[in-house]
Amino acid sequence: MSASITTNHNDSGYNFAYLDEQTKRMIRRSLLKALSIPGYQVPFGGREMPLAYGWGTGGIQVTAAVIGPDDRLKVIDQGADDTTNAVSIRRFFETVADVAVTESTEDATIVQTRHRIPETPLKEDQILVYQVPQPEPLKKIDPRETETRKMHAYGEYGAMQVTLYEDIARFGRIAKAYDYPAIVNGRHLMSPSPIPKFDNPKMENNPAIQLFGAGREKRIYAIPPYTSVRSLDFDDHPFEVQSWKGCCALCGSTESYLDEVITDDKGSRMFVCSDTDFCNTRQAEKTATAVADDQASGEEA
Amino acid sequence: MAYVAVKGGEQAILNTHRLISETRRGNQALAELTLAQISAQFGLAVDRVMAEGSIYDRELAALALKQAQGDMIEAIFLLRAYRTTLPRIAASEPVDTSEMAIRRRVSATFKDIPGGQVLGPTYDYTHRLLDFALAAEGLERSQAVVAAAPLDEQVPQVIDLLDSEGLIEEESDDGQEEVFDLTREPMRFPAGRDQRLQNLARGDEGFVLGLAYSTLRGYGHNHPFVGELRLGEVMVEIVPEELGFPVAIAEITVTECQMINQFRGSAEKPPQFTRGYGLTFGHNERKVMAMSLVDRAMRARELGEDVRYPAQDEEFVLSHADNVEANGFVTHFKLPHYVDFQGELQLVRQLRAEHEATREAAQMKEAAE
Amino acid sequence: MTIQSSTSLRAVTSYDASLKPGFIDPVFDAQAVFRASLLATAYPGRVVSLDRSFTAPRPFSPATAALCLTLMDFETPTWLDHQTSCAEAAQWLGFHCGLAVAEGPMAARFAIVTDPLTMPRLFEFHPGNVEYPDRSTTLIIQVPSLTEGPPTAWTGPGIKTSATVGIGDLPFWFWSDWDLNGELYPRGIDVLFTNGNALMGLPRTITVEA
Repeated sequence: MSASITTNHNDSGYNFAYLDEQTKRMIRRSLLKALSIPGYQVPFGGREMPLAYGWGTGGIQVTAAVIGPDDRLKVIDQGADDTTNAVSIRRFFETVADVAVTESTEDATIVQTRHRIPETPLKEDQILVYQVPQPEPLKKIDPRETETRKMHAYGEYGAMQVTLYEDIARFGRIAKAYDYPAIVNGRHLMSPSPIPKFDNPKMENNPAIQLFGAGREKRIYAIPPYTSVRSLDFDDHPFEVQSWKGCCALCGSTESYLDEVITDDKGSRMFVCSDTDFCNTRQAEKTATAVADDQASGEEA
Repeated sequence: MAYVAVKGGEQAILNTHRLISETRRGNQALAELTLAQISAQFGLAVDRVMAEGSIYDRELAALALKQAQGDMIEAIFLLRAYRTTLPRIAASEPVDTSEMAIRRRVSATFKDIPGGQVLGPTYDYTHRLLDFALAAEGLERSQAVVAAAPLDEQVPQVIDLLDSEGLIEEESDDGQEEVFDLTREPMRFPAGRDQRLQNLARGDEGFVLGLAYSTLRGYGHNHPFVGELRLGEVMVEIVPEELGFPVAIAEITVTECQMINQFRGSAEKPPQFTRGYGLTFGHNERKVMAMSLVDRAMRARELGEDVRYPAQDEEFVLSHADNVEANGFVTHFKLPHYVDFQGELQLVRQLRAEHEATREAAQMKEAAE
Repeated sequence: MTIQSSTSLRAVTSYDASLKPGFIDPVFDAQAVFRASLLATAYPGRVVSLDRSFTAPRPFSPATAALCLTLMDFETPTWLDHQTSCAEAAQWLGFHCGLAVAEGPMAARFAIVTDPLTMPRLFEFHPGNVEYPDRSTTLIIQVPSLTEGPPTAWTGPGIKTSATVGIGDLPFWFWSDWDLNGELYPRGIDVLFTNGNALMGLPRTITVEA
């Protein structure tokens, strides 16, 4: 037995995108079913990946099943291309798929993300792959899959509404800042993964294909393009997103999701865009305009 | 700028790789461990890594242990990730443990058994005294005495002796051709026994041991007897489609435990003994005993017993037994979560402000009255 | 690390030497065809062309053959219509996909229809079950045209407003059966139409006005 395996020991034995072809076929079949039943979690035979469960194995398997030599891959974590886990996943695909990578949302054909949807609007044919730690939005209501599966089967989401209403009774609002559940295509309750609720509206009627991979829980689900995604709310307490008083300290944006950065040990802080590509692009544009303005005013004088 | 500090860098990651490599090697003045040394002298560690890593390959398991600096769960994880890249060539025939080349075999239920008790290699009767002589290298060992005659080729299972009297539940081939394959299919509930046993065989030894222990302390209704515990080598056979008959492809070491448990009977069934089963790659006695106890506990529903305790609850046990899954998820909280934390910060600030406003309003009202 | 595309191990038994080949590059061809089927399913009603050529056994079109190689294997019991099961294609599927043949349409994960006018009614295929609606049959229906047939109006997820589609030569009952399929939601069958080198998706979520 050992002899047949030893040929694979060295680095050269891995298939394109790490997974063997049979595994890719299985994931691909699951992806097509996921798109056919928007928001429904398709169980799939998730494999162990060389990254730890909870660190993006679901997203990685989905990307590995989808990616080809013509793709340009962007990987973000917390909106940023240079966070450690994003770097690590990007390097994984550079190594096992020899694929072109980019930090530009605009140029990417596939964006794998953890915890954010890029600020730059996505286009048709682009694919957004979400890493999902816990795909079951009803888990907090009942930890048993045997129970939550029935709730999804019969669309019985009353218990979820009750939980949210308890928040309103207690806090005067729905106390949920991220992983805010939504109903997809008017039927399935879905976890959007731990994106801030700020990003929820971006999922609706998006021209791009949104795929969700939960590796440890072995579930795949999807939102097709141009699909209704309604964040749960109540008539007297409509869904609303976060907003900030100030703007990004680097690019001046007032429309993006801001991270709070503590700048010294006295607790001073600043707010900057979590989406680094969006922020860098805006900064570059500002510099270019400033230079152009300088030149223009110079010519006038 | 301070902003840069919160972002990781490609260079920093590369450096962590170099540092872990240096740390692993340690003092360069010392000789480097070879895989052969690990495989031969840390044999039980290798066995556990093979069992929970789900690959029978001592050399790979030794490599994983070396690479992981002896961290078992990390080594198991390495093997599992490697396993993903291997194509599935065939499914083996069921192994026949009654044809095992036995190295160790004990039963607690009868004083003497057909085929005899074979103590074999075990720590059971050693006194757990640190052996300072081992600290020196090149120790001479005394040779074990070899039995006069070899064991029979076929050694019947003790538990089968009870079968003839109908004292123990009959276990028969259910004719099911396709066995559930946990490595290719997601878990399903309610789970079949095939799925449960696979999960336990791969499950974390510590977790399964703890659960088994709980069944003995009142969190379950186990009253177990070790029907038989055996260790030895078995043949693995496959039937290639073009041949149509079985061919042996490997000889592997396995440990097996048949646990006998009391059953008080139900309206349909007379009182009789029931079975719990455990089997793993390599020499893993603690694991197979714990496994067979938890297997029996999870059969509660099937046997019409109340499901009241954690070890009897298959969804709880199966969902949490895998240490590769558990390790990943528990440790992923090291990853940045600042986007979500920012959302929470905003929310808590808002709730606190509202709380304060309500309190002040109440005080004002009180003062006015 | 060098990247390679590896073919799977398969026992070579007594197959006809004249058997048509499968993918020339099993890894990258399958990836390209899957991407096309992903786009077709995500954007129903769009003609998605495969940008590479494939040989196909009788009576398959290149797109039908390519979809089979991409999606099917020993794990997917597949139902073949009469015209397929007695042609070169059946043996080709056995060899290249290691395909398991389903006993009837109700037992099939996939169904291949090359002669739509004689196909079973849509309710004869497996609609999945209420707790696992994904375990339903996916139909691959090879048609003479994706655009020249009687015009139908498609709406639903993946379609921005509405799409006008003209699938050719479907049985007269097809679209009324499709309405009934929609009523089963979230259960239901899904369809991929093929023609020549192109495909078009029709997932269960799509409402069609004939």
